[in-house]
Amino acid sequence: MQRQVALIKQSLFDQGYLDEQFMELEELQDDVNPNFVEEVATLYFKDSARLINSIDQALERGSFDFNRLDNYMHQFKGSSTSIGASKVKTECTMFREYCRMGNAEGCLRTFQQVKKEHATLRKKLEHYFQLARQAGPKETARRSK
Amino acid sequence: MAVGDVMRMEIPSGGDMSVTSPELHVLAVDDSIVDRKVIERLLRISACKVTTVESGARALQYLGLDGDKGASGLKDLKVNLIVTDYSMPGLTGYDLLKKIKESSVFREIPVVIMSSENILPRIEQCLREGAEDFLLKPVKLADVKRIKELIMRNEAEDCKTLSHSNKRKLAEYIDDASSPSPSSSTHDDSSAKDFPSSKQMKSADEKFSSLL
Repeated sequence: MQRQVALIKQSLFDQGYLDEQFMELEELQDDVNPNFVEEVATLYFKDSARLINSIDQALERGSFDFNRLDNYMHQFKGSSTSIGASKVKTECTMFREYCRMGNAEGCLRTFQQVKKEHATLRKKLEHYFQLARQAGPKETARRSK
Repeated sequence: MAVGDVMRMEIPSGGDMSVTSPELHVLAVDDSIVDRKVIERLLRISACKVTTVESGARALQYLGLDGDKGASGLKDLKVNLIVTDYSMPGLTGYDLLKKIKESSVFREIPVVIMSSENILPRIEQCLREGAEDFLLKPVKLADVKRIKELIMRNEAEDCKTLSHSNKRKLAEYIDDASSPSPSSSTHDDSSAKDFPSSKQMKSADEKFSSLL
């Protein structure tokens, strides 16, 4: 089962959903903190849901305060980067570009992409963590210290 | 000492804390809850005590620099290093850095700035203001280890026989040899700022060459 988990993880990297930052986080896990990455991911999805909500509301109001939108997206991009959410990060960057250009239509369009990638990643990671838990702790601890 | 053994100290806000072990106590400032969790873990793995706060204002409050006369009650708690995000609502990391360097009590505490944006003028500005180093996010374990070593080395040097006034003289000499740093702040004791700035020039060089 651990092999299955490893394969799923590999495909997440191969398909570009995750980047090496995710691996950096995994390196921080040990016997005492075996679920660190999942904890970070949980925090991330909770926090980013809040940001998505704020952006949604701002866009629905129809008033394009590009500064404010860029601010939200800066936060969103930041935490996406910290967890290694590669595709989400890319879409965030695009959104910020449209903000800078003052392109409302571009913002709306890209934001749909942001939400889509975010939702996809969420599903995939939930599945991955669930399997990882079932597979049990790895035989060799990642950190010896 | 195994990682996670002693490091599980949760420091309650406003609670008092007596630091008895020789570990570095790091104050980490970041408005992102995700980044706070990550930096906390990075620091704990590096055998540091960690206190995280979500804003520059809270950081000043924790240090007792917010105007409240609470500083006397916090004598036992010693912060050895401050690591702060640059872009935060309200007080930016740069604002926080300035406040700390303007404080006669806290200006010797090294401050490291973190930012997701690689903006050279910003980096320059922070180093010039006295930041020990500037880390690009996402911060890696190697970055934290490097910073820790730097701080420990500096702390060890401070304990040596070289007095502070000698350090200043040396720093002024070095500074005269390199380009003069602009004095933008309202320091009464401007020479005390020189030592950090000579360190800055060096780490600025390292930073720039690694960015090329």
